[in-house]
Amino acid sequence: MSDHPHAFLALFLGVALAFPLLMLAVAWLWVRFFQPAKPGPRKNATYECGLEPSGDSWIQFKAHYYLYAILFLIFDVEVLFLLPFAVAFTGLSTGALLAMLVFILLLAEGLVWAWHRGHLEWK
Amino acid sequence: MSDTPTTPGYTPFPAAGNISDAEREDLRRHGILLTSLEELYGWGRSNSIWPLQFGLACCAIEMIAAATARFDIARFGAEIFRPSPRQADLMIVSGTVTKKMAPQVVRLWNQMPEPKYCIAMGACAISGGPFKQGYNVLKGIDRFIPVDIYIPGCPPRPEALLHGLTQLQEKIRAERVSGPQAARHLQPDAASEFPVPDYGPHDLTPPSNPAIFTAPVLPRKA
Repeated sequence: MSDHPHAFLALFLGVALAFPLLMLAVAWLWVRFFQPAKPGPRKNATYECGLEPSGDSWIQFKAHYYLYAILFLIFDVEVLFLLPFAVAFTGLSTGALLAMLVFILLLAEGLVWAWHRGHLEWK
Repeated sequence: MSDTPTTPGYTPFPAAGNISDAEREDLRRHGILLTSLEELYGWGRSNSIWPLQFGLACCAIEMIAAATARFDIARFGAEIFRPSPRQADLMIVSGTVTKKMAPQVVRLWNQMPEPKYCIAMGACAISGGPFKQGYNVLKGIDRFIPVDIYIPGCPPRPEALLHGLTQLQEKIRAERVSGPQAARHLQPDAASEFPVPDYGPHDLTPPSNPAIFTAPVLPRKA
């Protein structure tokens, strides 16, 4: 074992890969040599509590709530980057300051756009 | 061992060759366990039967009682009632199957993955029971589904269900992995899907699955 402080991560990665692959290999071997797969239209039908399935299980629904989640992300990401920005504020070069202002402007612009479109009003 | 299943062609311990049950039991008393992978497979499967959470009538009340602390089906590893057929191994048909419900029951059975087993619990699930003469009651779920264990009673007590479960466990432990005695789900040509009947204007169409069910003939004296 290496004495690198992060060497255990490589070990974890190896185990995390090997364990599911081993399970999948055993399952594959079991199906290959013992248990023949028997899929069929009735068996693979969409489960609707035993009733006759109507349509696909992949349905579309309104993504209204997710707009709020995305708008929240604006503030979330902004705070994430504003904190190091504020800490290093006095030592920043002009280019870095401009880049940060452009970043904030882009996010604020998204918020203004959503506000203007009326997405902030729950319907 | 007296509780060895007596299936024809069953050898008690195929991997060990000539060792007899008595010798094996003798070893077990000295703390040496011998087994084969086949036995281990059956042992594991028989002690982790997950039933489908699915009740039809008053027998379901007894099934629920069997799952509670007083009777405790968990002692036999079958306490995990699954609400989805995709995760269930055992369908306990607990109660009267009306003709309107029968297509749903068969469809749920089809949606369960192999290996799967069926217990017909109570007189109704076996034969229609006290409602056998009714116009709307299926006269036994074995008309559409291969039933492994029949538990008589109206309704059977939870102990009877537990006994049926242990009988099913013995049946699973006796199943072979290969050869002519192989379990049903391991045979490539054994059916895995069963036709779902239609709820017609007068009766189910077809009224039974001819591949697995023939109506019993009552022998009459001349």
